[in-house]
Amino acid sequence: MARLIRTEKEVEGRYTEQWVVVEEDAAIDQWPAGPRQTVGQPAPRVDGPERARGQAIFTADVALPGMLHAAVLRSPFARARVKQLDLSRARESKWVLGVIGPDDCHVLTSEPGFHGAPVAAVAAADPRRAREALALIDVEWEELEPLLDPEEAVRRKELHEDPRRYERGDVDAAFATADVVVEAEYRTQTVLHNSLETHQSVCRWEGDTLEVYISTQWIWGVRDDVAEALDLPKDRIRVICNYMGGGFGAKNGAHDQTFIAIALASQTGRPVRCALTRREENLATGNRNATIQRVRAGARSDGTLVALEGEFVNAVGWKGWSGPTYGPMEMLYGCENVRTLTYGAKLNLPPNAAFRAPGFVEGTFGLECLLDELAAQLELDPLELRTRNHADNDLVDGRPYSSKNLLECYRRAEPHWARRDEVRARSDGAWRRGVGLASQIWYGGGGPPSYAWVRVGGDGNAMVITAMQDIGTGTRTAMAQIAAEELGLPLERVRVSLGDSSRGPYASISAGSSTTPSMGPAVRSAAADAARQIVEIAAQRYHLEERVLSLRDGRVVSADGGSWPLEEVTGLLEDGQILGKGARGPNPTGMQVLTFGIQVADVAVDIETGEIRVERIAAIHDVGRVINPLGAQSQVEGGIIQGVGHTLSEERLVDPATGFVLTQSLDAYKLPTIADVPEIVVDLIDIPDEHLTNLGSKGLGEPPIVPTAAAIVNAIRDATGADVRSLPVSREEMLRALAEAREREKARGAPAAV
Amino acid sequence: MALELRINGTSYEIEAPVGQTLAETLRGPLGLTGTKIACGEGHCGACTVQLDGVPVLSCITLVHTVGEREVTTIEGLHDHPLVDAFVRADALQCGFCTPGQIVSAAALVEAEPAPTPERIRHAMAGNLCRCGTYPRIEEAIQTWRD
Repeated sequence: MARLIRTEKEVEGRYTEQWVVVEEDAAIDQWPAGPRQTVGQPAPRVDGPERARGQAIFTADVALPGMLHAAVLRSPFARARVKQLDLSRARESKWVLGVIGPDDCHVLTSEPGFHGAPVAAVAAADPRRAREALALIDVEWEELEPLLDPEEAVRRKELHEDPRRYERGDVDAAFATADVVVEAEYRTQTVLHNSLETHQSVCRWEGDTLEVYISTQWIWGVRDDVAEALDLPKDRIRVICNYMGGGFGAKNGAHDQTFIAIALASQTGRPVRCALTRREENLATGNRNATIQRVRAGARSDGTLVALEGEFVNAVGWKGWSGPTYGPMEMLYGCENVRTLTYGAKLNLPPNAAFRAPGFVEGTFGLECLLDELAAQLELDPLELRTRNHADNDLVDGRPYSSKNLLECYRRAEPHWARRDEVRARSDGAWRRGVGLASQIWYGGGGPPSYAWVRVGGDGNAMVITAMQDIGTGTRTAMAQIAAEELGLPLERVRVSLGDSSRGPYASISAGSSTTPSMGPAVRSAAADAARQIVEIAAQRYHLEERVLSLRDGRVVSADGGSWPLEEVTGLLEDGQILGKGARGPNPTGMQVLTFGIQVADVAVDIETGEIRVERIAAIHDVGRVINPLGAQSQVEGGIIQGVGHTLSEERLVDPATGFVLTQSLDAYKLPTIADVPEIVVDLIDIPDEHLTNLGSKGLGEPPIVPTAAAIVNAIRDATGADVRSLPVSREEMLRALAEAREREKARGAPAAV
Repeated sequence: MALELRINGTSYEIEAPVGQTLAETLRGPLGLTGTKIACGEGHCGACTVQLDGVPVLSCITLVHTVGEREVTTIEGLHDHPLVDAFVRADALQCGFCTPGQIVSAAALVEAEPAPTPERIRHAMAGNLCRCGTYPRIEEAIQTWRD
């Protein structure tokens, strides 16, 4: 029987309540903790060979018969008005088949609010001809004064939403009782996602059905966006994404390029590809917005945090959302008195988008650096300070955690932390070495609705079918492992079909560290349904009771010692198939499902030049049961490497007078290379969350990037005594912080440490 | 303008306008889409192919300048042991940069079958990976003959 339930769903820290129907399946107990036959064993990616050999067809590789290529005219100004737009010369060009302006497509605008806003578009048979034709569009611009300073926007109340206020306890009274109060202003920069496959879509009308091939993190979200914008029934839109070249949060919706391609496909009657160039990608597809964080902490002399306060300004850009920069301050510690005030400044800058733990990466930098400044004032060990302020249950809404092993993470961090005397002793001349740490809190519980089917053929091989997407995180492999475990099959006998909204049931977004915790339980439940049917068939064929039969090692096994190859049982059906179906159950009622961890960084700083090298990062995270330790390790390494880029080299630069984006290309925007990577040590707690689903797995995509910047900056302080206050830690910022530390020491009359 | 290209041991006769890049030629008329274009201006390495064994950026190589040099693309390295090494070491996530990584790595191990970590970091620094598979790539190149 279908069961209707009301449940809470969280994505990227945003909660919604919704009704969902879940299949009334016999409750499936979680597997015991620890590695199993397939789940918990390291598995190379099932789609690794196709990807490595260049055989995987990405959206970038989709070529349909008769396909045209779009090019987009974008605003060169941060704020302007199109006084006149003349498309006639472009229309008359013999190379051009389609031309659209703001009257033809809702994402095109005649009042651009940021450099790169789309204004018009053309389609031609050849991408070069399309780009050349943009010069035939005549625009009369009226350039307007842009608003670029987030503090000024707050003063002028140019905000995306009303300021967000939060308070618990009595913050003012608590600060008055504190033995020590520290305060600081931290700033973080704007960071660009730079997935190597840019945003792109290929759209084609097939009769009255619209096909959308798109590089996306959520094919169902694209379907909904397009259905709403075009007022079409949802099932008249088919969204396809088989292989996908990275997203990191920037590809959660249909995006402008899809609507431009649809409008041009409708106008020309031909399939149209709209693929952004790298430079367009770095203008118009989202970013991790800059923040300003004025934060304050008060503690008793024993290290007990009595009060935390933060004022946060999110420099959101023209469109987007004001993210939870306040989140770590409210959630990480067991502090009774907390007050935050958050502004989402509306600026004439490109829109933001979710970027791998949005808000929490930025907020953790401010909070965890402040905690180390507090530890220094208190002359208390930073790890001890964090242990003393451990939150035993969630103080935001008083709910217990579904599971929390942060103290175990701290315990496992001790040997890495204990190396700091030895690391400091390796300081050599101008190169000073030190160790720093930072804690991590983030979501990652996933939720319903998410569905999967499992099909077992006469040959005893299985296929998982679900219309999810694998954005490169290895979810095909994890889903195959879960189904193989439940069916007692070796991994190579399970295949996964995904990436097509017309060929599989509804599936979760691949964002918010939710793919495995949302989809994994649905796949397990579908596989269990198939397994149950196989046992029922075998019981009838061999005249045994169902309860004595199970599936193991590709065989149906009887408790009395008998066993038969699976294909002998399913082979009775010849070309008939066993179809199992499964749904993701609800999240545990009244519980807070979160991920936790800590990272310990070793750095070396050249105090003469300000050069910084991150030499080692140990990452200990609690994300529940680990499905694939090999893929999990890669996720952690990847998150940390993005974190190192965020900390040391990446920054979108804008001309402060005009709002013109200067860092559009990959020589100007500094991504980490293989030469910038520290030694990374990964340690996952791997204890299933006993309250969360039939798996006990949480998400892993985002937690590893959360504490990296703070751990590195705290290590810099350990090495040099300098308080870095803004990201990225450029040479200028490092030298400024070193000079300030020298001045402070001088004023104190103490011998300068550096 | 007609020209003849030798790619992965086979000759192709094609028409290409002046100004067309090697990457556009491979991916367009020849359908060899294993070579990826991620920046289109020579900054990221995703489009790396070999010309007579030397890694070059095909997105900034004009096709008419290739001449008689042998082009090796990822399709020509289908059975190279590095493919298996990359998969074993989990040296790919989304996989968009991976063909370029393998083409660069193949040129490296051809010249130096057992490169040091320093040599690997030097030789591979031009191939960006946003997913951050670098530690695994280093491992794959160190274990490719296993």
